[in-house]
Amino acid sequence: MITLKTLLGTIAITALTATASFAQDVVNDRFKEVLERGVLRVGVQGAFKPWAFRAPEGTIQGIEVDLAQTVADRMGVTLETVVISSANRMEFLQQGKVDLLIGAMSDRPDRRKVVGIIEPAYWTSGPTLMAKEGVISSWDDIKGKPVCGKQGVFYNKIAEVEFGANVVAFGGNTEAKEALRSGKCLAWVYDDTSIAADIASGEWDGYEMPVDTVFSNPWGVAVPLEEKDGIWGAFMSGMAYNWHKDGTLIELEKKWGVKASPWLAALHEQLQYDNSYLDN
Amino acid sequence: MLDLIAPFFERLYDTTGLNFSPFYNSYDWGRLVEGMWVSVKLITAIIAVSLVIGVIGAGAQTSRLRIIRWMVSAYIEIFRNTPPIVQLLFFYFGLGAITPQVDMGGWYEPAIGSFGWAVIAIGIFGGSYNVEIFRSGIEAVPASTKEAAESLGFSGFKIFVYVTFPLALRICLPALTNNIVSLAKTSSLAYVIAVPEITYSLSGIWSDSVNVPEMMLLLFGYYIVLIAIIARIMTMIERKIALPGYGQ
Repeated sequence: MITLKTLLGTIAITALTATASFAQDVVNDRFKEVLERGVLRVGVQGAFKPWAFRAPEGTIQGIEVDLAQTVADRMGVTLETVVISSANRMEFLQQGKVDLLIGAMSDRPDRRKVVGIIEPAYWTSGPTLMAKEGVISSWDDIKGKPVCGKQGVFYNKIAEVEFGANVVAFGGNTEAKEALRSGKCLAWVYDDTSIAADIASGEWDGYEMPVDTVFSNPWGVAVPLEEKDGIWGAFMSGMAYNWHKDGTLIELEKKWGVKASPWLAALHEQLQYDNSYLDN
Repeated sequence: MLDLIAPFFERLYDTTGLNFSPFYNSYDWGRLVEGMWVSVKLITAIIAVSLVIGVIGAGAQTSRLRIIRWMVSAYIEIFRNTPPIVQLLFFYFGLGAITPQVDMGGWYEPAIGSFGWAVIAIGIFGGSYNVEIFRSGIEAVPASTKEAAESLGFSGFKIFVYVTFPLALRICLPALTNNIVSLAKTSSLAYVIAVPEITYSLSGIWSDSVNVPEMMLLLFGYYIVLIAIIARIMTMIERKIALPGYGQ
């Protein structure tokens, strides 16, 4: 009986400590904090070419790092990149380990409840498959077969629920793709943008992207939820707007050799402010 | 089962924001149940493998042949001195690449899957500790007892099976319990090679539903209950096989 009471006590204590951190008020001090600190900490992916990946000399580089740099430059502070993983990125932001997340994160309704996702989004992608040439001709071919995925990516659920695949999810892109290469699974389910970049890199000869994406979902920059409607969120929204408007994103596309995206081109047009009345 | 509890947990989510998705969403429920079941199977298999290795290894350590004794200590040195997560990755990605596999058209059905490698890797890891634990028990058996058996005409093997081992087991049971509990917890590392045990399934659920604190709580609770059960069983065994007046 004593053991049972101890057990219940332990569970109750754990429950208390875990729930204590739920209630949060709207705060508005991150912007000032970053300026005072002189360092902007941005969470980026560590092995996601060409968005954020390690250069041979060990530093992190890529499109998202360049975007983070524009934010740091605008604020006049130094940039510090923090490598996050898809499975823990939102926790990094919630716990204040990073100020900003530019981590290839799709903008989803359940995520909006947890972190402050900034509009407009800065990129877009959708789930597709990479497999050996000739193995797969449609999404139905993965039914009941093992498909490699990455832990923390919501495409896994789509592959399982909609297409009946057995998703075998690993911690990182590298392990998952190694599993595909060694034949532990039929295909690798991931972003079309990332897979296209892999195939273009020449390291995946004999592999192809045989199916179309099921849908395309924009990626958002994220700030802590309670800061979203404050200065920090408004500032980032302005930054994201300018990335589209002044063509930063289209330039980065060219710089890093990514296939030109019609979505980015359309937003570049759409977000131009018509100030022709000034000429009247 | 799910129909019964679903309304309560749905209301809990709406009113308090505590999202225990496996208790109202049938897909997450399936993942949770599957995860718990795979975990129990994995822990049972790991403990069984480690015990078999422990007994055989401890027996081999008393061998008269120097080469056998040397092999056992080499095994212990290798597996006790490397982290289990490194062993898992080594077995799965390293040895997994050179084991036989069947071509299924685009992918290979391996002779040993991720579950098999997890059992082998963590079982061998735990076994290296068990060898030492059993050895401590064997060494604590008085030499006079073994000599008495020898004088009755028992062979070396029979002395081990009928005299030394039964006594040694009783002596080393508390240490063995510790190692079994620690192994049961180490089984959660298998998620790095995608064995769908409880840590893997719950991390899948919390990345989809963004309910990390709630799922961490569930995971914590699961292990506390499971380990309490294992510890209780071991205590029962200890009491059951205790020899009156021996080692107490």
